[in-house]
Amino acid sequence: MAVREILRYPDARLRQVSSAVTRFDADFQARVDDLEQTRLAGPGAVGIAAPQIGWFERVLVVDVSTRKNTPNHGHLILVNPEISEWDGYSVGREGCLSVPDYTGNVIRAEKIRLQALDRHGQTLAFDMQGFEARAVQHELDHLDGLLFLDRLVSRRQDLFPRKVYK
Amino acid sequence: MSQWYMLTLVGQDRPGIVARLTTALYQAGCNLGETSMLRLGGNFTVMMMVEAPGDDASLRALLAPVVEALHLALHIDPIEGRLHHRPVPDVSILVHGADRAGIVSEVTTRAAQAGLNILDLESDVGGTEQQPIYILQIQGVATQGIAALAAALSPLQAQGVKVDVRAVDTLIG
Repeated sequence: MAVREILRYPDARLRQVSSAVTRFDADFQARVDDLEQTRLAGPGAVGIAAPQIGWFERVLVVDVSTRKNTPNHGHLILVNPEISEWDGYSVGREGCLSVPDYTGNVIRAEKIRLQALDRHGQTLAFDMQGFEARAVQHELDHLDGLLFLDRLVSRRQDLFPRKVYK
Repeated sequence: MSQWYMLTLVGQDRPGIVARLTTALYQAGCNLGETSMLRLGGNFTVMMMVEAPGDDASLRALLAPVVEALHLALHIDPIEGRLHHRPVPDVSILVHGADRAGIVSEVTTRAAQAGLNILDLESDVGGTEQQPIYILQIQGVATQGIAALAAALSPLQAQGVKVDVRAVDTLIG
């Protein structure tokens, strides 16, 4: 296991769309371990996506279980994740290992229904809400070459009439 | 050797102020840092960090044509840059109610005593001229915790001011 270098914006590689995982071999398992080691080495990150370490396959790690009063499904390694349903929306503050020294407000769905595979290719399904749902949406964006910077809303936005976000 | 300055500019609002100021600075070899530019009432206000190759007299001279043409007031202070060390807010405070003198003073004095370090404050006067309302939004760091802050501010509600203290959970991913 190794802590990998985190790609930082404006590194153009963060903009590429990652491809689906098709093999769950030893090399894949080692990369998953590196991804998690790298997340743990960062400053308080609740998630990380493979492209952040220069690995362009659809893998992410999310773990909000260490936070107080936060509904969660524990430590999750999610392969080829897909969101099939979105419900509600909220503004929350986000930062990113790939964007040091900046945080900003982003609108995300409040609840999501998620399908994915685990690290051995077994099917997973979750109904998620709140902070965990936000973390998954943030990380899943990385797999499509998107950063929270692409979704920033004005800091004055909070008092504006809210519209449904898609 | 370049030096950071804080430029403060105020004038009657009109289109083109930002474009003309920043173009003059760019053409003179200056670099912008963080800035805040917004309309307050009928005025346009600019505070910007500028890294300039010369002294404050040369900065003032290069801006003189724009400042005179747009009737702006200009103030220049040498500063330390200190970029890339941004504190992350952990609390957001929203206050609103019928406008009256003293709201900002009461809120911020109580908040300061309860450990609030303000990072960002904006306030607006809305409503009608006959019935103005005041809206105050603060983001900051609650050095003594959010509960202490909420307790310090809640008595203001009895005075007819709505006060909402919310934790800001920043997701790092």
